[in-house]
Amino acid sequence: MGKTSHVDQKTVAIQMKDIVKKFGDFVANDHINLTVHKGEVHAILGENGAGKSTLMNVLYGLYRPTEGEIYVGGQPVHIDTPKKAIELGIGMVHQHFMLVQPYTVTENIILGMEPVKGLKVDLDSAKEKVKELSERYNMQVDPDAKIEDISVGMQQRAEILKVLYRGAEILILDEPTASLTPQEIEELIEIIGHLTADGKSVILITHKLKEIKASADYCTIIRQGKYIQTVKVEDVTENDLASMMVGRDVEFVVEKKDMKPGEVVLDIKNLHGKDYRGVEILKGLNLNVRKGEIVGLAGVDGNGQTELVEILTGLRKGDSGEIYMNGENVLNQTPRALFDKGISSIPADRQKHGLVLDFSVAENLILQNFGEEKFSKKGILDKKSILDHARDLVGKFDIRPSGSEGKPAGQLSGGNQQKVIIAREVTNDKELLIAVNPTRGLDVGAIEFVHKYIVEQRNKNRAVLLVSFELDEIMSLSDRIEVIFDGTISGSMAGKDADENTLGLMMAGGKQHG
Amino acid sequence: MDEKKSILNSNALYTFIAILFGFLVGALFLLVAGISPAEAYMKLFTGVFSKPKFIAWAIIYASPLIFTGLSVAFSFRTGVFNIGAEGQFVVGSLSAAVVGILVDVPMIIHIPLCILAAAAAGALWGSVVGWLKVKKGINEVLLFIMFNWIAFYLSNYVVNLSSIHKEGGGEATKDILASAAILLPEPVRKLTGCSNVNFGIFMAVAAAVLIWFLINKTTLGYQLRAVGFNRNAAEYGGINSNQAVMTAMAISGCLAGLGGAVQVLGMSMRISQFATQESFGFQGITVALIAGSNPIGCIFSGLFYGAMKYGGSKLSLINAPSEVVDIIMGTIILFIAVSHVFKKLALKGKRG
Repeated sequence: MGKTSHVDQKTVAIQMKDIVKKFGDFVANDHINLTVHKGEVHAILGENGAGKSTLMNVLYGLYRPTEGEIYVGGQPVHIDTPKKAIELGIGMVHQHFMLVQPYTVTENIILGMEPVKGLKVDLDSAKEKVKELSERYNMQVDPDAKIEDISVGMQQRAEILKVLYRGAEILILDEPTASLTPQEIEELIEIIGHLTADGKSVILITHKLKEIKASADYCTIIRQGKYIQTVKVEDVTENDLASMMVGRDVEFVVEKKDMKPGEVVLDIKNLHGKDYRGVEILKGLNLNVRKGEIVGLAGVDGNGQTELVEILTGLRKGDSGEIYMNGENVLNQTPRALFDKGISSIPADRQKHGLVLDFSVAENLILQNFGEEKFSKKGILDKKSILDHARDLVGKFDIRPSGSEGKPAGQLSGGNQQKVIIAREVTNDKELLIAVNPTRGLDVGAIEFVHKYIVEQRNKNRAVLLVSFELDEIMSLSDRIEVIFDGTISGSMAGKDADENTLGLMMAGGKQHG
Repeated sequence: MDEKKSILNSNALYTFIAILFGFLVGALFLLVAGISPAEAYMKLFTGVFSKPKFIAWAIIYASPLIFTGLSVAFSFRTGVFNIGAEGQFVVGSLSAAVVGILVDVPMIIHIPLCILAAAAAGALWGSVVGWLKVKKGINEVLLFIMFNWIAFYLSNYVVNLSSIHKEGGGEATKDILASAAILLPEPVRKLTGCSNVNFGIFMAVAAAVLIWFLINKTTLGYQLRAVGFNRNAAEYGGINSNQAVMTAMAISGCLAGLGGAVQVLGMSMRISQFATQESFGFQGITVALIAGSNPIGCIFSGLFYGAMKYGGSKLSLINAPSEVVDIIMGTIILFIAVSHVFKKLALKGKRG
């Protein structure tokens, strides 16, 4: 590979030269170079906290670089505000959308630069323009739809349209697939194709290797704030990209020793339950998990997985059926009681359920155990032993930055927040571990780490229920795969026999043959 | 550089800046009213510090405010906004007064009994709101405000009951029995020259330390804070969040009720019929905000507010409106609220 030189001045859209950005003594960007051509998809790859977002915020005028130059269309420019960036044809779609929920797509798009006719906002001409843009790039966005009524994928398209409406030639997409379904991701990649065919450039910030391979022409890799290299995507494999990103070889295949599953730990019988709207979503579900096995629950979102896990962890009441934990029916007990009976879990939403972000890492690590003799006596917390415990886990689970036990959990990166939860739940060492989308939003290094600990629990003869929307994850970890569809288990297969097609079919409601 | 940064980071600095701005804005209003700010502020200062007696009075004014400040600060730390400290204070003072007037027992029993009655009444007033919020899902801010008015009219009703109303006119109750007063021994009062020097400040400081300990060092405090920060995660971790909210409101109400007891047993010795809300509870919000919801900080901000209140009462001597104190306090809160903006600007300037 090596450093690919692909600079052709005629078609260069943007060039960033030796960009340095310091925050106090911390160097977030250390001499980073980036050249993006017209009509090119250029991915920026790096682990969480590598400096990708800082670089893009420099380009979008949110930060001023400490050193370095930026050229747009060959001319040196000073971008000190997002407004300036927009004038230069640079548009950014943030990871968290900035849309007004009760407004329509068109109203959101023109917000801040409303075309006026006399004293009135000229909505009709704006709508026409939005419609025309949507059609040109085959986005199928309804300009009159209210944001609160449309899917996350559609909202993202509204954001892209907003940027295009303002005349962007270079689009920065920050982690655009983080909250999309696999179907929506495919559609987004198509839209990106339409954009570049029309001469627009797209800068894609991501840590998902698959998507880079599927959509990008070039990829610039950043590691710990430093420029590593720029590669032509077709010349490299996903494995190459991964090792360039983390700086070492990454194991994609999880090492699993052969185990014979033992007795049944969790046994769910004929479980019925409603979702938040009061509609029945679990319709007589049967499922069991045995000691020493990982059961992967595969399924398209919305088929009852969320409710199942909520019932298992005590956050929601089930209507009927039984949940046996070691032979005892524990249906509709409190979260505390379920925890005491041996159920621990890695929740799907780490910031909502997993962590108290304002609490220190140390405080988060005792969320269930603060009452234990080890951490408190007669209602008084033992700060020293709490800190020792945290220091121990921060080291053992490589939670970064090291020495972060006293820091608020909210200041950690997503991957490290997840490590805090894993450290806590694995240390609880309960008979059953429920892991829900445990690697969502994490980079490959962190994914490898999480998978290692999930397998380790199984190897210690614990039962593991893995609920995930990532088929790859289900297939590589599970000893047995159960497919959930429309509130019941629609099929089952051994993990080693699984293939994507059969699983996909079962997830879409086709019964298993034979 | 690091030292500089830590100073810029500390909240105390911004609190002082906010207080400075409060006085500047107050000065503007005084100028507009045609009064010399220098003279008025001098009066405010000498009115508090020129004699030990004045300082004693300022402390007496401060004691109930420290309690209501603690009440609000505690509620902030546990994720509730206790705008009902006013009502809890009123039922606390009412209970202390009723027990102080009607029960005739030796001092050693009488005082604790009055204080206990006030604490229980405040706690009850807070927990009923907590219960309605948790079980019925009613917004606690609305409930608190309604309960403030219920307490207000309840107090006015009780004041006029014949068994405790002062005979021969006046719109107040009888005085509490001497055995219920929390005044310091006679020699000490003589020494300071202030007839109402009482134990309230010691109680307030003890309460502040206790609350600090409760919040930071106990498992109960851990649970209440967890629920306050993130109810979902707390529940996920097995903490009963409904119970935590009710407990927090009971403790918060109890503190405000104790403030009421200190006011009646140490200062006013009786309750008068209210024409308007006395605002000890609302002033507690200011005290808590200046203290940044830190219980120990409440001691100092309570003393500050007490001194301002007492000093402000003397402004009329130079024909300045005592309301200027309210303007100053209001401005301080405003500037504390926007202080994080200053902070950002100051820190940004320091960045490379």
